[in-house]
Amino acid sequence: MRNEKSTQDVALGIRRRVFEHAMKNNGGYLSQACSAGEQLAWLYNEELKLGDPTLPPIPKPFAGVPSADNPDYHTGAGYNGPMEPQFDRLFIAPAHYALVAYATLIEVGRMAPEGLEMFNQDGSSVEMIGAEHSPGMEVHNGTLGIGLSTAAGLAYGRKRRGEPGRTWVFMSDGEVQEGQTWEAVQAAAFHGIDTLYAIMDVNDQQCDGAMSSVMEVGDIKQKFITFGAACVEIDGHDIQAMRDAVNEPHEGRPLIILARTNPFNTMPILEERFPRLHYVRFKSEDERARMNVSIAKDLGVEPIDYGH
Amino acid sequence: MVEMVTRPYASAFEKYAAGNPDILCLSADLTSSCEVDGFRDRHPDQFISLGMAEQNMMSFAGGLGLAGFRPFIHTFGVFMYRRPYDQLMASIAYPRRKVRLMGFLPGVTTPGGMTHQSIEDISVMRSIPNMTILETGDATEVESICEAADSIDGPVWCRILRGSVPRLFDTPIKVGEMRELASGQDVLVVTTGICTEEALRARSALAKAGLSIRHLHIHTIKPFDPAALLDHIESVRHGVITLENHVTEGGVGSLVAETMADAGVGKRLIRLGLKDTYAHGGSRPYLMRYYKLDALALVEGIEQLTGQQFGISEDDLDAARVEDVHTLVKAEAL
Repeated sequence: MRNEKSTQDVALGIRRRVFEHAMKNNGGYLSQACSAGEQLAWLYNEELKLGDPTLPPIPKPFAGVPSADNPDYHTGAGYNGPMEPQFDRLFIAPAHYALVAYATLIEVGRMAPEGLEMFNQDGSSVEMIGAEHSPGMEVHNGTLGIGLSTAAGLAYGRKRRGEPGRTWVFMSDGEVQEGQTWEAVQAAAFHGIDTLYAIMDVNDQQCDGAMSSVMEVGDIKQKFITFGAACVEIDGHDIQAMRDAVNEPHEGRPLIILARTNPFNTMPILEERFPRLHYVRFKSEDERARMNVSIAKDLGVEPIDYGH
Repeated sequence: MVEMVTRPYASAFEKYAAGNPDILCLSADLTSSCEVDGFRDRHPDQFISLGMAEQNMMSFAGGLGLAGFRPFIHTFGVFMYRRPYDQLMASIAYPRRKVRLMGFLPGVTTPGGMTHQSIEDISVMRSIPNMTILETGDATEVESICEAADSIDGPVWCRILRGSVPRLFDTPIKVGEMRELASGQDVLVVTTGICTEEALRARSALAKAGLSIRHLHIHTIKPFDPAALLDHIESVRHGVITLENHVTEGGVGSLVAETMADAGVGKRLIRLGLKDTYAHGGSRPYLMRYYKLDALALVEGIEQLTGQQFGISEDDLDAARVEDVHTLVKAEAL
């Protein structure tokens, strides 16, 4: 697929779509769009080697969970293109970033804008917490910590089969509180799985508030290095820094890119909600109206008409 | 004299897996305890050490399944589901990955006490959609479980016996079938795993006492077709007794109870197994006596079911086989 927009424009488009959605629905994962916009835009618009989508632009309804007697079952991986040896694969480990991921699929032309209107609607595959049948998703990642392990297994298997495609994980920093993350890194390092790549949105936020107040995790970069990975820390809003980071030599080791981000980047009014940014539900009509005007101005769009 | 087979899984797994490039042998630091050390040494290219990190191992295996491999995970059963239950569910069971979960030391077959004894695994696995459950009761079943498990289009939970294992049967596991070991008309005895051998020990004494036993051994616990079981229940006069190396809640006793209730069968049922209790450390014969999982417990249960006293004592039962407690076969311990 051709890159018709700059990555910066894709990031802006992601934020505009998430903003519009949050305004219309009186809340949403706004902060995640602020912190992760550039990372997902960069992955889809530049870095990932993906084939054309194999699923229709407008997502099909929920078609049942995997079972021996459900022949209609499918995952949402088709929005990332076919699972062929030469192509990359991507797991969105923090599945609550789904709204941002869906917005990314729309911005890069892999899903129709109408797809977002199905978000969190009963019977829809465009689920609030991305399921494996949701657009762009391939496996369940609703519990944090399992994404990197699954990707490590897939990457090991693909490498064993001689497939050139890489296996990528988009992660969140809260996941480093899960022991499984460290189990995954040590296993990937021990087995030399260097086709495993992760970019982590280090926004210092988690459900209960700032990570420093919930569970201090220390020097993440040093921890990853100690556990055997190659690790680069960058400004997560600097797209050129991502381009450079992915070139970090890491033979025999997975590469983890720590993208330090600002959870209210481009929407400074969200700082009023700090440290409770995990899911922004407007507390009053006044707050909703003020944020509508402020964020619209920052994103260069008209305020959203949600009064219906 | 019952033939005893030493480390039947070791040779069976190697025979089945070697040369099959889509099968990978995963281990979590219990490689020789799970009898795959020889396979590791002779087929290192098919062996993946994942260390004492079961949560990662479950999801990693799910990723291997996604890449088209069929991982056989080897560890003690209890370590395979208690800590990494969420990973087992999300990465293996839900997406129906072809991961074969080889759980060693089922129930009280270890002196390791609560932390090592998987006493509720069948109950847990029965409640997991997409999961198949197989349990071995003798050396022949251990020898045939790799092929049986690998024939399943989805994840499989296997209870594996190790060390010195008796040979009771001469035909391999046929998934979905049950073994009819006796076809009497008075009482239906349903057993699984190591409890089948206990039931065999009691049979001749019960026959001498004039009781006609119908005996079923179940190796495929899920999926379970109730039709054959219901026919057997129909064929007996007094009712049904189950004996299992597991808690009675959710295990084979529950399976039989549910089958009877669903079909509206009004016969009596007695379920023997661990009764809402953990076990503690000890030898297998000691634990089976203490928790009433052995042949004598079965006789006592049948007395209760029939309202008859048979006057059978331990001395009247066929000899309990004496395990070769030798470090090479690891009949017990790690």
